[in-house]
Amino acid sequence: MSLSEILWVLIKTVLVVSVFLLHVMYVQYFERKVIGHMQGRMGPMRVGWHGLLQPIADSIKLFFKEDIIPSSADKPIFYIAPIIGVVAGVSTLAVIPLWSGFSIADLNVGILYILALSALASFSVILGGWASNSKYSFLGGLRSSAQVISYEIAMGLSLVGVMMMSGSANLSDIVNAQKGGWFIVPQFIAFVVFMIAVFAETNRVPFDLPEAETELVSGFATEYSGMRWALFFMAEYAGMFVMSGLAVVCFFGGWSGPAFLPGVVWFLLKVYSFIFLFFWVRATLPRYRYDQLMGLGWKLFIPLALANIILTGLIKLL
Amino acid sequence: MHVVFVYKTTTMPGTYIPSDYLSVAVIIIFAALIGLGAIAAGLLVRPRRPYARKLMPYESGNPPVGEPRYRFSVKFYIVAMLFVVFDVEAVFLYPWAVAYDKLGIFGFVEMMLFIFILLIGYIYVWKKGAFNWE
Repeated sequence: MSLSEILWVLIKTVLVVSVFLLHVMYVQYFERKVIGHMQGRMGPMRVGWHGLLQPIADSIKLFFKEDIIPSSADKPIFYIAPIIGVVAGVSTLAVIPLWSGFSIADLNVGILYILALSALASFSVILGGWASNSKYSFLGGLRSSAQVISYEIAMGLSLVGVMMMSGSANLSDIVNAQKGGWFIVPQFIAFVVFMIAVFAETNRVPFDLPEAETELVSGFATEYSGMRWALFFMAEYAGMFVMSGLAVVCFFGGWSGPAFLPGVVWFLLKVYSFIFLFFWVRATLPRYRYDQLMGLGWKLFIPLALANIILTGLIKLL
Repeated sequence: MHVVFVYKTTTMPGTYIPSDYLSVAVIIIFAALIGLGAIAAGLLVRPRRPYARKLMPYESGNPPVGEPRYRFSVKFYIVAMLFVVFDVEAVFLYPWAVAYDKLGIFGFVEMMLFIFILLIGYIYVWKKGAFNWE
């Protein structure tokens, strides 16, 4: 590997991640607007035209916020928990193909890589909740661990069907395998299971149990303030993007679409439709109880996902 | 000073060995730097005025009562143990799924046996009430 190749990898990564973080910043504006309009409000309107500068004002504010660390907190773990979250949220972006033939790292174990690193995100929540040494945080962290063990198997199993259809775990290969038709049709059960697991994975409503601001103050993030708090939420929104991207790649043909728009535009349009779905659900559904979530994962989604695998196998044999 | 990256460039015929793991390392390090940098950059501008009451854990404005880390009955520990077992089972499905087209009917029957054994265990723990812990 020559020096120029290493340089190209560095430039590519820094550029893509920077643009990605800009999206992550602005998706919060999008969320406030969507939720606002769904509730008959306007959302942010004051900073800039229709509040367009709101995310920038928010980030500047967060830089000036005091970083309060509770005296009883477990300091090293308290420090690294949000950073684990950011690493898990951002680095999963590496394998998502943004347009034909372009992803930061074209791994042939793409799906495994995403599942492995996104699972780390829940560690940041569990560790952050535990290290804060506060009752609300502790309960938030505990709920997060309950959540992980209820959705993760169903999520992993739901993607097995996609891998059977495409014969590969490489995300570009999966998109190319959908030339004849998107996997949403033959893998509809898998898609439903996967999407619901993704809502739990990203801690979004109706599965925002670790945060649950109406019961646990702010759950795992109660003791966090300023930039550390912001990192948790950056990780959450980054995770939302990557998981939407994974759903688009696995079930909706990735970058493919009619040729009058470039592939990356199609990809972003599809991803943003999923992001909109996240907000729509948040504005619509009440929160689940965590034993209900566990029952849902173990008693409904695991059998469904297994049935989907068997069905896919049978159909492919015939 | 020379840093030499040795990469395997020869690929077996018909297989694909990616040399993309450098990008993975770069993005993980870059992500960690973003996190550290965001916290470090604020050091220059943010105030730091700690006092004992501010640093108390939040408990709706009251002084905290007792230790938060008392022994807490985690009722879902059985589910957590099952999770480990089933998650390992799920891992076996991945290579099978990728190679499914090449395995044909033999692979299908083999995996059905595997899932069948898994299902017996699954039904057993369900009947034992492992999922009703409330």
